[in-house]
Amino acid sequence: MNLKRKDLLGISSLSPEEISLILDASEPFKEVSGREIKKVPVLRGKTVVNLFFEPSTRTRTSFELAAKRLSADVINFSPSSSSIVKGETLLDTARNIESMQADIIVLRHWSSGAAEMLAKNVRSSVINAGDGWHEHPTQALLDLFTIKEKRGEVKGLSVAIVGDVAHSRVARSNIHALCKMGAEVRIVAPRTMIPLGIHRMGVKVFSDFDDALPGVDVVIMLRLQLERQGRSLFPSIREYAKLYGLTPERVQRANEDMLIMHPGPINRGVEISHEVADSCQAAILDQVSNGVAVRMGLMYLLSQLN
Amino acid sequence: MTNMRILIKNGQVIDPGQINKKTDILVEDGKIQATGSSLQIPLKDSKSITIIDAKGMVVCPGFIDLHVHFREPGFEYKETIATGVDSAVAGGFTTVCCMPNTSPVNDSQSITEFILHQAKIANKARVFPIGAITKGSKGEELAEIGELREAGCVAISDDGIPVMNSLVMRRAMEYARTFDLPVIDHCEDLNLSADGSMNEGFVSTELGIPGIPNAAEEVMVARNIFLAELTQSRLHLPHVSTIGSVRLLQQAKERGVNVTAEACPHHFTLTDEAVRSFDTHTKMNPPLRTDADVQAVKEALRDGSIDIIATDHAPHATYEKQRQFDSAPFGIIGLETALPLTLNLVDEGVLTLEQAINKLTREPARVFSLPYGTLAVGAQADITLINLKKTWQLDPNRLHSKSRNTPFTGWDLTGMITKTIVGGRIVYEAD
Repeated sequence: MNLKRKDLLGISSLSPEEISLILDASEPFKEVSGREIKKVPVLRGKTVVNLFFEPSTRTRTSFELAAKRLSADVINFSPSSSSIVKGETLLDTARNIESMQADIIVLRHWSSGAAEMLAKNVRSSVINAGDGWHEHPTQALLDLFTIKEKRGEVKGLSVAIVGDVAHSRVARSNIHALCKMGAEVRIVAPRTMIPLGIHRMGVKVFSDFDDALPGVDVVIMLRLQLERQGRSLFPSIREYAKLYGLTPERVQRANEDMLIMHPGPINRGVEISHEVADSCQAAILDQVSNGVAVRMGLMYLLSQLN
Repeated sequence: MTNMRILIKNGQVIDPGQINKKTDILVEDGKIQATGSSLQIPLKDSKSITIIDAKGMVVCPGFIDLHVHFREPGFEYKETIATGVDSAVAGGFTTVCCMPNTSPVNDSQSITEFILHQAKIANKARVFPIGAITKGSKGEELAEIGELREAGCVAISDDGIPVMNSLVMRRAMEYARTFDLPVIDHCEDLNLSADGSMNEGFVSTELGIPGIPNAAEEVMVARNIFLAELTQSRLHLPHVSTIGSVRLLQQAKERGVNVTAEACPHHFTLTDEAVRSFDTHTKMNPPLRTDADVQAVKEALRDGSIDIIATDHAPHATYEKQRQFDSAPFGIIGLETALPLTLNLVDEGVLTLEQAINKLTREPARVFSLPYGTLAVGAQADITLINLKKTWQLDPNRLHSKSRNTPFTGWDLTGMITKTIVGGRIVYEAD
């Protein structure tokens, strides 16, 4: 079976079967990264362009490694080093890249919907590497991959997503992904970080972390955007850490072997205490290695279509 | 031009509150000469006569739009006064009031005179400028409102930019009252709307687009109503979009506040579900709201708490709208789609045809005290002819506006303007 789409823009439009297809296709690529010669010729002769309008180390590196391990030629575009600072529009930039025969454009942009707009206007495959607060589909896919790897199945698990859900594309993609795969999803945040009507996405909303923890199998801690402090979303980092930080005491309240995840980069002592981040229940570094495999699997599937 | 007569025969003449029957209209010297069947036309007369057979057509006063943006001076690449009035008459509008958010802002007599001069050259629809409330629309010092009035402004507004300082707004209302000028305030608390680009609700939550809550509008609607009450001045509320604003408006009218209000066709036609496409043509301010809001706006149009329909015609160049949702400008064009979208309300039973026409003609004339919107004998012959049955598909390339930013591309629209007459002169005829 093939993925019958040109682009990967979000989880919301994927069927559970398509999600499983991507996860299954990623499985063999995990082994490739463990080899001494970490390269397969799947994308040989193809060009992948990482077009990153927001600073990112982890995601961009992960996509770059994934493409290189598939033998693609990889170009990195970022605002500081290109015409974007000269006022060129996203669409013009992308059309220029397309004219250089890029096969896959990986886009990270601060605007929700940017990937969708791009995909409608270029022939290249577009992978959304995060658009505004909207979606970050490969993050959700690698999170599912990690949960499956550690727990066998996603269905029936209880997953808590903790933190600034309102401003998080990771949260949105994970809510879609986890709900589609049959998990129960709990959202935990102060009311300032819970967007209107989120329960209609099929989640349970909690504003007290301690109430939300009993019965939880997996917790996904969101990174607190420290620069948001001035915007009245939370009064201080100290109070946020006290109310919503994952501490060893809180870990005790959940199921015994609760899996602890974080999309990174972590703020030690803020949303996650250092003991918890370094505990054996933490899968944070597994998420990073799985990210490469999942992005390889995805690019492989998208290239099959062309 | 005026040395000409027009006889419009056999049409369904609707002059809201006055006439609603099949009859004829005789136009002479730019004015309505007579209405009635079998009008006598003196034969031995040097004047030529044009006879229009309006069988099957509705004949009504020319439409009046109290809310357009013609972008001149300053943004002629979006629209000029000439292309703006082309679009107006193609949409059946014979009078339009243009907002002052040009560059420079229309905060002085000279800009007002320039706009009127351009309108005179274009010579199609009547154009009445709306002057700025404050100098440069900065919300700080009052513009020379008396001079603006004298130059020809019919109302004042800092459109697009709410007057956030309540004291400045109070003074503006008091001062405008001196000249009996209506004050229009774009109701939006800028702190609440912040970086929002769509309605705040379930759809914005799913899309991750920063939202503009209903309260951003309602807080300012409430403030402006209280200030109008305090100052006893004329307040006009543009583009009412929320259920809460409607409620405030109804209460204010009940206790006799001198407030009028408008609704825009897009606000009673579309909901924020349309934004799911990320199509920037669904981005306007106030934003498309939820179904409950749309129903409230319709109900308010029905019960009269919303007095009129206005388009908020806001042209933008194609390349400006071809951006990411949050960086695209707010606004859509509306003059050429207003009629069919309004007729949908008639179809749905929200308004009768006469009420719908009333909200496009007599009512807007009343709100700004304009001597138009009537087919009374002796009035200026501003007349619109409509084919109610005609269905057409919206092709943006066939619009008369300079811009193409409409969310209704490809829609099948019913109701077409067949002729538009301004001051006894046919200024538009459908192909």
